[in-house]
Amino acid sequence: MSEAMGFFTDTTICIGCKACEVACKNWNQLPAENGGVKKMSGNSYDNTERLDGIHWRHVKFIEQFDGPYNGRWLMMSDVCKHCVQAGCLEVCPTGAIIRTQFDTVVIQSDVCNGCRACIAACPFGVIDVNPVAGTAQKCTLCYDRLEVGLEPACSKACPTDSIQFGTITELRARAQKRVEQLKAQGETRAQLYGDDPNGPLGGLNSFYLLVDKPEVYGLPAKPQLPSRNLAKSGTFSAASAAVLGLLALVGLRKQRMDERGGSPPPSAN
Amino acid sequence: MSDTFFSAAPHWTWFIIPYFFIGGLAGGAYFLAALLDWFGQPAHRPIIRTGYRVAAVGAILSGLFLTIDLGRPLRFWHMLFQSENLPAIMFKSWSPISFGAWAILLFGLCSVLSALGVMSEDGRLNNRTLRAVGGAMQGRGIAKFVAGIGGLCGFFVAGYTGVLLSVTNRPIWADSPWLGALFLVSGASTGAATLILLAPGRGATEQALRWLTSFDRNALVVELLVLALFLVSLGAINRVWLSFWGLLLLVGVVGAGILAPLRLHAQPARAARLVLLGGFLLRVATILASEGIERYHMVAGT
Repeated sequence: MSEAMGFFTDTTICIGCKACEVACKNWNQLPAENGGVKKMSGNSYDNTERLDGIHWRHVKFIEQFDGPYNGRWLMMSDVCKHCVQAGCLEVCPTGAIIRTQFDTVVIQSDVCNGCRACIAACPFGVIDVNPVAGTAQKCTLCYDRLEVGLEPACSKACPTDSIQFGTITELRARAQKRVEQLKAQGETRAQLYGDDPNGPLGGLNSFYLLVDKPEVYGLPAKPQLPSRNLAKSGTFSAASAAVLGLLALVGLRKQRMDERGGSPPPSAN
Repeated sequence: MSDTFFSAAPHWTWFIIPYFFIGGLAGGAYFLAALLDWFGQPAHRPIIRTGYRVAAVGAILSGLFLTIDLGRPLRFWHMLFQSENLPAIMFKSWSPISFGAWAILLFGLCSVLSALGVMSEDGRLNNRTLRAVGGAMQGRGIAKFVAGIGGLCGFFVAGYTGVLLSVTNRPIWADSPWLGALFLVSGASTGAATLILLAPGRGATEQALRWLTSFDRNALVVELLVLALFLVSLGAINRVWLSFWGLLLLVGVVGAGILAPLRLHAQPARAARLVLLGGFLLRVATILASEGIERYHMVAGT
C-alpha cells in the first residue's frame, strides 16, 4: 500500500467559484441535473444544494449576517471524507465499496446493485444513487488519475488552493501551521475537523479547516460508525424473541393443563 | 441536535415498507407454526398448515420486493456471491443487510419445503418432483428439523429489518437500539393475526385458535412495552413525531393497532384485522418519518 493520500480543504480561502464542481463533473462525466436547465435553489449562491450521485463536489454558502454591514460569508467545498473507518464500506453487502492502495474509499459501479445501505450509513450524507447508472456513487478521489500519478481534478482546478491534495502526513503538518497562523492573526475560532487519527472514524482523509462549529457547515460534531448499534440492537431483538417464545410455550402448557383439568374422568365415558 | 440529522435518506419507501411488513408477518407466522409443529397437539395441525403456506408466500413476495427495489435488480445475486470472484460467497456478519440476505434465502428455502410438506399432506401437489419433495418433508424427523431452522430464521427475518435500520446513521432509526425488538414483536403479532384470519378456513377449531388469540394479546402487550421503550430511548429526538407521522403512530399504531385489538376480546377476527393494519402503519410511520428528514434543513440559516 502506498502512502495515504487525501484532501485538506482550507475553507478560509474558498471564494465560492465552483471550479471544483465543474472540474469534477467534467472529468467524471457526471450528468447534468434537471436536463441541464438552470434552477435557483433560493439558498444563497448554492444551486446544486447537496452531494449526491451526480454531484461529487458541492460548494456550500453560509451567510452569517447581523444587519447589512456586519457579517461574513463562509464557503466550503464539500466532498466525500474518505474516512479511515468508513461506515459505507462497513455495511456494503456486495463488496462494491473498497479501500484503495491510497487509503481512499471507492465504490465499484460494476459491482454495486443499488441497495442504498451505504447512503443511510454515511454520517455525512455524501452518497446517493446516480440515476443514470442505477448505482450508488460518490467522489473516488479521482482514483483513475491517482493511479497514473495525476492530481485529482478538483484540487487541480482550485484557483486559491483552498483544496489541497497530497499525502495525509504532509497535509496535516501544513494544516496545523495554517491554524497557528490564523490564530496569530486573531481568528481564534480556527480549528481542524477530521485531522485527528485518534478522533472520530479514525480520522478523515479529506479534512477541513473551519472557523465556526462543524454543525454550521453541515458537518456532524462526532460522526460515528453505524455498527455502534449492532450489538445492543441484536441483543434486545434476541431477548424479545425469547420472551415471545416463552409466552407461546407457557400458553400451550396452560391450554393443555386446562384441557386435562376440564376433561371428564375415563369412567364417565 | 443528534449527529444523525446530517445524513442523507436512502429512499427506502414503497417496496421496502411492504417488504418489512410481509417479511415480519411471514417470519412470525412460520415461527408460530414451527412451535406448534414441535410442541403442539394434533388439533393445531390446521394452524401449522396455514402458517407454513403463509410463510412461503410471504418469503417469495419478500424476495421479489427486495429485488425490485434495487437500483440494478439483475445484480441481486451480488449480495450472495462475490461477483468478481465466483463462486466465493459474499457474507459480512457485521452488516445486517448482508446477514439478512442469507437469512431470507434460508428462510425462503425452509418455508417452501415446509409448505410443500403440508400441501403433500393435503394431497394438493400434482407435479411429480414437488410431490416427491413434499413426500420427503412428511417424515417427522426432517419436517421438525426444517421447522426448527426455519422458525429461528423466521424470527430473525422479522427482527433484522429493525436492526438494519438501527445500523445506519439516520435520525430515529440510529437513535434507538429498540427498533429490531419492536419489528420482531410486531412480526409475531401480525403473524398470529394472519393465522387467526386464515386458519379457520383450513379447519382450525375454536379451541385451537384460543391459544393463538391468547398469544396475540400477549404479543400486543409486549409490543406496547417495547414501543414505549423505543420512544423513551429517542429522548430529544421525539420532537420529530410532532408531525403527521407522529399522529399516525399514536392513532394508527397505538390506538387502532394495539389498544383497540386488546379491547376486542370477543371479536378475534376484527381484532386481527386491526393488528395487521397497525403492523403496516408501524413500518410506514417509522420509515417515512426518518425518510422525510432531509439533510441541511437544520443547517440552513445558521
